[in-house]
Amino acid sequence: MRKVGFNNKLLPYILIAPQLAVTIVFFYWPASQAVWQSFLIQDAFGTATEFVWLENYETLFKDPSYFNALVVTVVFSTAVAALSLGVALLLAVQADKHIHGAGPYKTLLMWPYAVAPAVAGVLWLFMFQPSLGVLAKQLRGMGVDWNPLLNGTHAMILCIIAATWKQISYNFLFFLAGLQSIPKSLIEAAAIDGAGPTRRFWTVIFPLLSPTAFFLLVVNVVYVFFETFGIIDAVTHGGPAKATETLVFKVFQDGRLGGDLGGSAAQSVILMFMVIALTAIQFKYIERKVHY
Amino acid sequence: MVERRPLSNLLAHAILWFGIAIVIFPVYFTIIASTHTPQDIFNGTMGFLPGGVPSDNYVAALFAGAKQVKTTPATVMMLNSLVMALMIAVGKIAISIISAYAVVYFQFPGRMFAFWTIFVTLMLPVEVRIYPTYKVVADLGLLDSYLGLSVPLIASATATLLFRQFFMTIPDELVEASKMDGAGPMRFFWDTVLPLSRTNIAALFVILFIYGWNQYLWPLLITTDSGMDTIIVGIRRQIVTSDANTDWHIVMATAVLAMLPPVAVVVFMQRLFVKGLVETEK
Repeated sequence: MRKVGFNNKLLPYILIAPQLAVTIVFFYWPASQAVWQSFLIQDAFGTATEFVWLENYETLFKDPSYFNALVVTVVFSTAVAALSLGVALLLAVQADKHIHGAGPYKTLLMWPYAVAPAVAGVLWLFMFQPSLGVLAKQLRGMGVDWNPLLNGTHAMILCIIAATWKQISYNFLFFLAGLQSIPKSLIEAAAIDGAGPTRRFWTVIFPLLSPTAFFLLVVNVVYVFFETFGIIDAVTHGGPAKATETLVFKVFQDGRLGGDLGGSAAQSVILMFMVIALTAIQFKYIERKVHY
Repeated sequence: MVERRPLSNLLAHAILWFGIAIVIFPVYFTIIASTHTPQDIFNGTMGFLPGGVPSDNYVAALFAGAKQVKTTPATVMMLNSLVMALMIAVGKIAISIISAYAVVYFQFPGRMFAFWTIFVTLMLPVEVRIYPTYKVVADLGLLDSYLGLSVPLIASATATLLFRQFFMTIPDELVEASKMDGAGPMRFFWDTVLPLSRTNIAALFVILFIYGWNQYLWPLLITTDSGMDTIIVGIRRQIVTSDANTDWHIVMATAVLAMLPPVAVVVFMQRLFVKGLVETEK
């Protein structure tokens, strides 16, 4: 609220009503439904429901396939975040060396952001498709028995490559912006003190870039959690044998097969808390950035 | 840079070009594949150079869809994607800018409560509440409709926060001046706030258009009528597990068509895109 405003009894409510309505109908109502359902168990015919407190959650945590999805998600997000942040940082540092020449590089590197995850998945699948993929043939020529349709590790590698490919552009843009905002005088001062490029990078540039890196880390984890659904569905369908089934994919799959409403709701609620935690972490960081 | 190091500069260029090559390759290869005959692709004789039949594949993809698995023509799917993306972008901007205006320029009971109600939804993507939301949409009779595709995705706090942030920077003098001129709140909104927000609206529009165009899970779930397929969902439907039944030449042409609009938006509206990207993540 600002010091100078308007006095009007009805108008502000009319203005805020559309957004509140959409938020309540499509956000709070379904979210509370999910929470409520996660405490219920429905019998096989859907005729009777029973309130069971946390039984759904207990069942979930004992379920090996849920544990599997958790492990898959952790492996997947760690790999994608590490790779895409690493590659993007490397490219951004190189591009930052030529402030005047950075423009064209930026254009050439940023557009994969606009490619839909599902399409990115299809592109990589086509190249690594075991029977007709060009790169799959090269791998076979090198003696690798490449088959992402049967081999879980291969399937995971393919998903990681596709997800990383799509995320590099985003990270690159933010790293480049971060690098370009570091005062040149600091780097020059370090150079006068005799620090070479490597030393300057690790003692001056990298620490100053760490807020950007941390922010990107959170964004990347959220990206891998949710947006990569399209990649996984296009490339592997969660298979083979659930080797690439992430938490979000499992919610989708379990819900589609129908049946266990309570269990599926419990999965949604856990996901919600994960995102809330990630958001909280991010806001704490933003707080710090203001003082920095 | 501080010192002149021709060798390090050369290395920098080499690394960048290598990175660009890797980034471009999958798309280059897709474009190449989309110009080859199905036989070429299937026998693996296509190589890395353009084939000779671009128009055939694109005509088939645009107006007929895949043959072996019956799919919707890309023209229909692109239209669906376009409508969905525009509705999401315009809808989100419209409801956010007025709610931000209410929160910033008015003092009313429940203001902070309303703000926090919206704010909490920040970053909670539709994926985490997918089935309950599906149920709401089904109960409202919105399955297989443009409204069902777009309205649930409009509920998000990002745009509201962005506009709120921006409105806080509009000098108080402007409000005072237009009040003195006898303008009411709506007049001030139309004549002053909206024109000032032009760049922000455009930047946000670019980001939201891409977001809307690239949606996957939500349209996959709520559309069963293939005439409502968006192009991103449609590509997925063209791929079947048994390799022989997938018309890869059509898939590749469709993939190029699916990438074209959002990539063009990013490339041609670069400045707005970068601005939108940075500001929506603040």
